[in-house]
This record gives sequence, C-alpha cells and structure tokens, in this order.
Amino acid sequence: MRIRLKVWRQESGDDAGKMVSYLLENVNPDMSFLEMLDTLNEQLLQEGSRPVEFDHDCREGICGQCGVMINGRAHGPLLHTTTCQLHMRVFKDNEEIFIEPFRAIAFPVKCDLKIDRTAFDRVIQSGGFIAVNTGQAPEANSIPIGSPEIEAAFDAAACIGCGACVAVCKNSSAALFTSAKISHLALLPQGAIEAQDRVIRMVDQMDKEGFGHCSNTEACEAECPQEISVLHIARMNWEYNKAQVLKK
Amino acid sequence: MLDAKIPDGPLEEKWNHYKAHAKLVNPANRKKLDVIVVGAGLAGSSIAASLGEMGYRVKSFCFQDTPRRAHSVAAQGGVNACKNYKNDGDSVYRMFYDTIKGGDFRAREGNVYRLAECSANLIDQAVAQGVPFGREYGGYLNNRSFGGVQVSRTFYARGQTGQQLLLGAYQALMRQVGAGAVQLFARHEMLDLVVVDGKARGIIVRNMDTGEIERHGAHAVVLATGGFGKIYYLSTLAMGCNGSAIWRAHKRGAYMASPSWTQIHPTSLPQSGEYQSKLTLMSESLRNDGRIWVPKHKGEQRLPNQVPEEERDYYLERRYPAFGNLSPRDIASRAAKERIDAGYGVGPLKNGVYLDFSKAIKDQGEDKIRKKYGNLFRMYEKMTGVNAYQEPMRISPSAHFSMGGLWVDYELMTTIPGLFALGEANFADHGANRLGANSLLQASIDGYFIAPYTMANYLADEIKTGPIDIRHAAFAAAEETVQTQLRHLLAIQGNLGADYFHKTLGKILYDKCGLTRSREGLEAAIKEITALREQFYQHLYVPGGYAINSELEKAGRVADYLELGELMCYDALTRNESCGAHFRVEYQTPDGEAMRNDQDFSFISAWEWAGVNKTPQLHKEPLHFEFVTPTVRSYK
Amino acid sequence: MGQRKQQTLSRKNWMAFTGLFLCSFLVIHLLGNLQLFLPDEKAHQQFNAYSHLLSGNILIKIISYVLYASIVAHVVYAVIITVTNKRAGGIKYHYDRRGAVSKWYSRNMGLLGTVIFIFLVIHLRDFWYIYKFGQLPLDAQGNKDLYTLVVAVYSELWYVVIYVICMIALCYHLLHGFFSAARTLGVYHPRYAQWIRVFGWAYSIGICAGFAAIPVYVHFLK
Repeated sequence: MRIRLKVWRQESGDDAGKMVSYLLENVNPDMSFLEMLDTLNEQLLQEGSRPVEFDHDCREGICGQCGVMINGRAHGPLLHTTTCQLHMRVFKDNEEIFIEPFRAIAFPVKCDLKIDRTAFDRVIQSGGFIAVNTGQAPEANSIPIGSPEIEAAFDAAACIGCGACVAVCKNSSAALFTSAKISHLALLPQGAIEAQDRVIRMVDQMDKEGFGHCSNTEACEAECPQEISVLHIARMNWEYNKAQVLKK
Repeated sequence: MLDAKIPDGPLEEKWNHYKAHAKLVNPANRKKLDVIVVGAGLAGSSIAASLGEMGYRVKSFCFQDTPRRAHSVAAQGGVNACKNYKNDGDSVYRMFYDTIKGGDFRAREGNVYRLAECSANLIDQAVAQGVPFGREYGGYLNNRSFGGVQVSRTFYARGQTGQQLLLGAYQALMRQVGAGAVQLFARHEMLDLVVVDGKARGIIVRNMDTGEIERHGAHAVVLATGGFGKIYYLSTLAMGCNGSAIWRAHKRGAYMASPSWTQIHPTSLPQSGEYQSKLTLMSESLRNDGRIWVPKHKGEQRLPNQVPEEERDYYLERRYPAFGNLSPRDIASRAAKERIDAGYGVGPLKNGVYLDFSKAIKDQGEDKIRKKYGNLFRMYEKMTGVNAYQEPMRISPSAHFSMGGLWVDYELMTTIPGLFALGEANFADHGANRLGANSLLQASIDGYFIAPYTMANYLADEIKTGPIDIRHAAFAAAEETVQTQLRHLLAIQGNLGADYFHKTLGKILYDKCGLTRSREGLEAAIKEITALREQFYQHLYVPGGYAINSELEKAGRVADYLELGELMCYDALTRNESCGAHFRVEYQTPDGEAMRNDQDFSFISAWEWAGVNKTPQLHKEPLHFEFVTPTVRSYK
Repeated sequence: MGQRKQQTLSRKNWMAFTGLFLCSFLVIHLLGNLQLFLPDEKAHQQFNAYSHLLSGNILIKIISYVLYASIVAHVVYAVIITVTNKRAGGIKYHYDRRGAVSKWYSRNMGLLGTVIFIFLVIHLRDFWYIYKFGQLPLDAQGNKDLYTLVVAVYSELWYVVIYVICMIALCYHLLHGFFSAARTLGVYHPRYAQWIRVFGWAYSIGICAGFAAIPVYVHFLK
C-alpha cells in the first residue's frame, strides 16, 4: 500500500505548528495505525529529521494513552476503536490521511501529536473517588450489590480516559468522561455518602479546566472506545440537580 | 551472606509476629519524613496513597502522562484471594501451597504464605474503593477458576480486572494528590538513584516534557516500576515498560535476583511482519473452550478448516492428557515452541498454532461462546480481520511477566538500605513461574498491606535525620552521571535508531534466553550482546534535543537493556537445571519434561553489578523448605 | 459551598426550563389557532373572541411576561453557552469529519434558533404588535378583528413559504431540544429516556405540522 500523510507538526507548546506532507510506500495492510507511524518515524530517522512525537503505550486499547484525529474523526474511521487498534486494511491504497492532535483548550498540544490531558486527573482529584483509607474496608460481602447494578457501574467505570469524547465534541465538553466516574460511584452503595459533594466538586473542576457545555449531540458515545453511554451524562445531571436542590 | 530476615516461628505466625514487633512512626513525626515512589501502577499507586493517608510526605513519579495508564491496566483475567466464598475447600494454606508449587519451589515459604494471608484484605479494600467485581444474582461476589488450581478463587471485573483495580488505586492516589499529601510528577523518568553513606537518599529524574534534570531527596525510595519483559522487544507489555529504574539502582548496588525467569504467555497473537511493535495478549480463559492444534504434515498448504480431523495434531491433549489444553503457561508455551521449531507452525510466517473453537461451538452453540468470549472474539477480529467463529484463531507464545527483579528481603527492602522494591519490580513471591491472577494480587498486597508496615520499621530510625540535602556531593555526582550519559547518547550521531538495537537484542534473547535455553546458546548470546552493545555506542542515532524526545528516552532504556540482557544470560547459564519458566535443554527427562535439581539449585540467584563488560558476581540465598516438601510438578 | 461561578450544568438547566416552558406555550398557541380551521363565519367570530379573552386576562398577562422572559433568557443563555463552547475548542481541525457521528440539527441548534428568532420578530410584528399597538377595525361583537388581518397576511404566497420554512426549522430545533432538555434535567433511565425520545418526535412533528398547516390552509382555502 501507498499512503499519503498530512501530519500536524509542532515543535513545542509555544510553536505555531503546521500540517506537513509525507509519502509512505510499502505500507502493509496488516499494520496497526501506530505501526504505520513507527514506519514513518523510521523513514524520518533515516533522513536525519526529527520523528513525529505521538502518544501511545499499551497498544491494545486499554491504557488510553493513544489517540489522534484521523481524517477528521477521533481515533479514525471505525466506531468504538482506539487508534492503536485501528489497522491499515481499513484504508485504501494511495489514500490521503490527515493526522491531527485531539484539540481542546483544556488539552494543550505539547509537541506534534502529543497533548496534555492532566485536566482529567484534576477532575478525578476533585472528587472522583470513594474516600476510604487503606485498612478501613469492611468485609467485602457485607455490602451486597445486585448483579445488574454492578454491571451498570462497570459500564461506566470502563472509561480509559483517552479524551476522544472531548476531541469529537463540537463544544469540547468533558461531560462523558466526568459523568462516567460520577455515575460509576453513584451506582454503588459505597459511593452514596459522598455523592452530593462529589458531583458538585467534579462539575466545578470540569468547568475550571475550560471544557465546554454538553449539547447532547451524542457524538462522544459513538466514538468512545468503551461504548460508554450518554445516559451517564443524564445521570450526572440528575445527581447534580438533586445535589443543588438538597444542598445545605 | 544474604539475609532474607524471615521471622522465626510457625508459618502462620510469621507476619503477625512481624507486625506486632515492627517499629512504628508516631503520626506527628510522619510529616518530617519524605518518601519517593517511582512508578504509579498498582504497587506504586497503592503505596503512595497509603503512605499519604498515614501522613508521610510523598512524591510519586511516573513516566506516563497520568498514573491511570500504568501497565497494570492491561491485566485481563482476575485477582486471586482465598476468601473461600465458594465453600470449595480454599484456605490460606491451600493458596500458599498452590502458589509455591506453581512457582516450582523456587520462592520463599514466608513470603508466599504472607501473600496468601493478605489476599482476602485486598478484596475488601478494592470493593470499598468501588471496584466493580463480578457478582452473583444475590448480590454477593462471584469467582471463576483459573489455571493450575482446583478451587475457584479468582475475583474478576469482566475482562478488565487490572484496569478496575488500577483505577481504584489511582483514585485513592488522586485523592491524596488533591489533598496535598502526595505530590505527583507525571512524565518524569528516573535516571539514577542517589546513595548517601550507604543509604538510598533520593533520585535523579528527567522531566520528559522539558528535558530538565531534577534532584529529589527522601528518607526512603520505593521502586514500583514493573517488569522488564519488553527487553524481548516483542512482548505483551506496553511500549514504555522498561527496566531502567531497577537497572540503575542495580548499578548503584542493589542486587538483581533471577533476572532470567521470564514468563512466556502461550496465548498472544503471532507476529505478522518485521514492523510489528507488540504482541497482543488474548486472555488465557480462551483455553477453557478452545482446542490447540497444528497440522500433522509439515508444510501444510490447506486452510485450517480444510484439514481433516485425523490430520490434526492436538499436541497438548496428546502430551498432557490430564490437563490437556489447560496445562500451565510455561508448559503450554514450550509445547507450542517445540511444534513451531519442528516446522509445524501455521500462518504466513509459520510462527503460530491454531486455537480452535469449532468443537465448542458445535457442542454449546455459537451464542454461548459469544456470551463467554464475545469481547475477545471482537478484539481478535479488530486486530487480524479474521472471524474466529468461522475459522480458528492463530496464537503464539510471547514474553509476558518478569518473575525476576530486584532482590528484596522479607521487608521488601533491597540490598541498599532505604531502597524498597514492590510489585513486579521485585523478584519475591512467584518463584520460577507465576500462576495466573497472582500478579495483580502481589502488586496490590505489596503496596497496600506490606510496605506500609515494613517501611515504617525502617523510617522509625530516620526521624532524627532531618531533611535530605540535595546539594550533597552524591546528588551532584549522580546528576553528572545522568547528564554525561544523555550527552553521550545524543553525540554518537550514527545511523541506526534505538529500535534497531532493541529488536536485535530481543531476537537474540528470544532465540537463546527465551522458552528454552542451552549452555551453548547462552554463551553465544553473551558474546552477541557484548558486540551489539559496542555497535550501539558507535552507530546509534538520536535525533532531536533534550526536550520532548521519544528517541532519547528509548535510547536510554535500550542502553540498559543491553546490560540487563547480558545478566539474564549469565543467570540462565549458571542455573544448571530446568525449573518453571527456565528450561535448559540439557536438563530434561527423556520425554522432554523439565528436570529440577533441588540438591544443587534450591537457591535464589542474586547478582551484584561488577561493571560494564565484567562478569557479574553471583550471591546465593538458599531456600529452606520447613513446611512443604518440594515435589515434581506433573500435569500428565 | 460559598460564592461560586455558575456552572455549565446550571446554564443548561436554564436552557432546559425555558425551552420546555416555551414548548408548553406552543401547545396552547397551536390549540388556540386551530380555531382558524373552523368554517369561515364561525372561525371569524370565535378567533377574535378568543384573542380578546387572552388580552384581557390578568393570569394570561402574568404568563405572557414569563413567556417574554423565557424567550429572552433562552436567547441570552444560548449566546453565553455558544461563546463559552467556542472558546473551549481552541485551534480548529484542518480536516473535520466529526459530523459523521452526530445528527446535523443537534450540532446546529444555534443556527436553527437564529432562524426561529428572526421568524419570531416578523411574526410578532405582523400580529402581536398590530393587535396591541396598531389600529384594527372591530368585528360584529366589538372585538378587534385579528381574523381578517390573519387572512390578509396569509394571502401572500411568499409569506406562506417563509412560514413553512421557519416551521421546519422549528421542528428540527424541537426534535433535538425536547429530548435534550429532558436529558439535561436528568432522565437517565433507558426506558423513560426512550419514551421521551419517541414522545419528542411525535410532539415536534405534530406541533410544527399544525403550525405550518394554518397559513397553507388559509392561503389556499379562504
């Protein structure tokens, strides 16, 4: 396969950055998308130029580190698939592929396709946990939780924090990410005690980071590698409204 | 002489006795003590959070952009704990025995017993944190069974148990970061350990975003940096996993124990080309219903479904009728390699074996199989484009877990006082082979329930030390070492990228220090690695500068691998027996099974660094079996 | 919690409340206007009487002020939200196909809203302003003869076309707006969320088809 690439290159956070064209011959359709980028970097290295910096780690779709816009879509043309799980057989021979970093004010570009997603960490720090110290836990079976409830909590907890939801959102909203954690913990009896405080603090932090509003376009659910449901956003809203009404 | 400091007394009293007599640090004094934790996976996050909760001043470092990405996240199957919720005869002792037997009697009784003993607490802790373990309809926790044991003791969160446990620890850590008890340094890579007057006193790190070199001092340093299976280049590990932190600590005086004991996982996707960067793991649970086979004829050209039943060789069922397709990992991997090497491998590169679900689909129906493994089949199709309901999967063995690591005593302290190693970074509990679902367990137990006690025992004597001065000459010297190395790597300006050397090293190790080893091969490997290392320092090319530079990061890690790989070969060479993951072709029974030698090799090999191009020095820690008798592991 | 800036979710709540209130107004408005479908004489009388009733009632007056306030708030919040959202995006993508995974009207509520707003201005000027401040002849009962005005306005074809187009814009706006409001207010149960979506469809199409039918009917059949 022959692939024509247009890749976002940016030296550092302060640099303006621009799209640069590259030509890759001999791309194997069985390559993963990131292996195609490895091949590009190998080529750049041979030419003595600086390889493209991109985020990646586990390359099996669970760590959430990888993620770029591929032809204008978060994680590329397939639904519910991380960049690392995307394979070149999806593309046509001689296709032109645009690669850009996930964009949002809250996700500043550090270099080329590498972005800073620590905003997500700060959202979790603001309340995305159950406040239990090591050693305080009661016997595990003393808190029975129905199987449907635990499965629903799992669905929310499966978030890998990749940021595709923000990248695909026309408002750069982090509602799906934030709500997934709120929903996961709100569904469990262990998390109920802090629920009110948690939702207000997390939404506060989400806003402080500069994410936009949720317009319920549902694009986030379509691109989410873990297929996290937008109904978690509704649950976050419910928890938030409840907290606002009941707060002392 | 290495002293593991195992407490005296009966097996079941050792840990309680230790806890009851260990020194403590009074809450008011804890805020005078600094602790550095390197690595933020399950072990690193849990110890950093636990120490933060207790009131120590903690700094947590990781190379990822956030701790939630650490590779603990990728563990699929589950975590073992002897809760005996299934009422099927589980107990601490049984779990201890299964683990020590699974490790082929090359682990310490005291450590392994403690692992089993603390396992129940972990489930309590994780549930309290909100980890959504699978449950039964009545609302109580469910278990599944896993390889190598006869009870159901594995707790699971679908196929993402590692992710969920890690997120539990990550959230606990984030809570402490938010509260100001822990300072988080993401995208920081540890490049050296600072030892002052024989004690670990700090680290030198590189800020991977700015390229700045920083000094950080502390009263104790914890390394929880995971395994180094990535040394084989192709492995199930994440691209960033590395052995640099422990290796640089090793060069500062910490011993490495049994570094050649690497678990090769039998069910990963085979390599499809030279460009391949990693081998994706497919959960071992697939072997519950899949049958493994290769064609009986060499050079079989037909598609798998066209090969008639009588021309298929179900070699695991043939060789190990009692366990069949569920044989332990080391045995299944070795049997696959044997067939592939003999020329029966399948796929374009003849490097895999078939994992066939047609019988299970015929017996149970496609729906049932879909329900059990639907996500795995989907993942397989994503990666390969093949529908495994219609034709068999192709799988091959792949480097997975490092049983070896920094030598630690019962307190998880290395041979450098004040330097602790937790989780996969240490060698402690798995012996020569790790049982499935024990890695998450060990990482968590080390961080939540062991190190908080043993570190207090050490830190109690540090209260009067006062703040660590990072202007000390030892810090300056270590920083200079780091700067020199970085300058050197950038200055070589050859024509080969770090990946080239990494791939070449990986190939040498796969062939000569992988599933099977021989004296001849290992000796050759040592020579090849030495030569490769020389080439590395002549032909390496690192483009770019000091700021964000993945090539520079890789080059530093590969430089370490080129030394660590050599040590692995020495380790394998001096162990003239076959045990667990370590299989020396000279030491096998006539029918090709591993032959252990308890007479001469019932010890842990602990290696001391002697310098580049010098033969490392071996220290032996004899293993004493007071409570169990080592037996021959048979799965026939 | 002390002094806090208003959160994104609160702003969305205001959008939802005002939007849903306007939705309920549309129902009443349509029901009243359906009188135009009565036989000519009856429609003439009854419509004018109904208009008179509305203009004289104190309760209706209060509601109408709430209505004006809702429109203003809905617009003001829409502007604030849009501006904040634009700011959150940063640099634009060179190649943007994000639209492939969402409905066009869900992404263009601002645009649809602007069309509706312009329509509202025209619509209010045509009827409400003239009824309230203009000179209208009285009918047989002594009520202001709004009916004749309506028939006169709708006799222009281009006017009818504009009305119908605007009703289509309104329909898409409601299609997304109704269910979106329910989600903002927190309807997370999958079953009820689905009911609301179906109801929202029926509601949006019903309302807009009803409103669009009036000028068409008046133009061609009166």
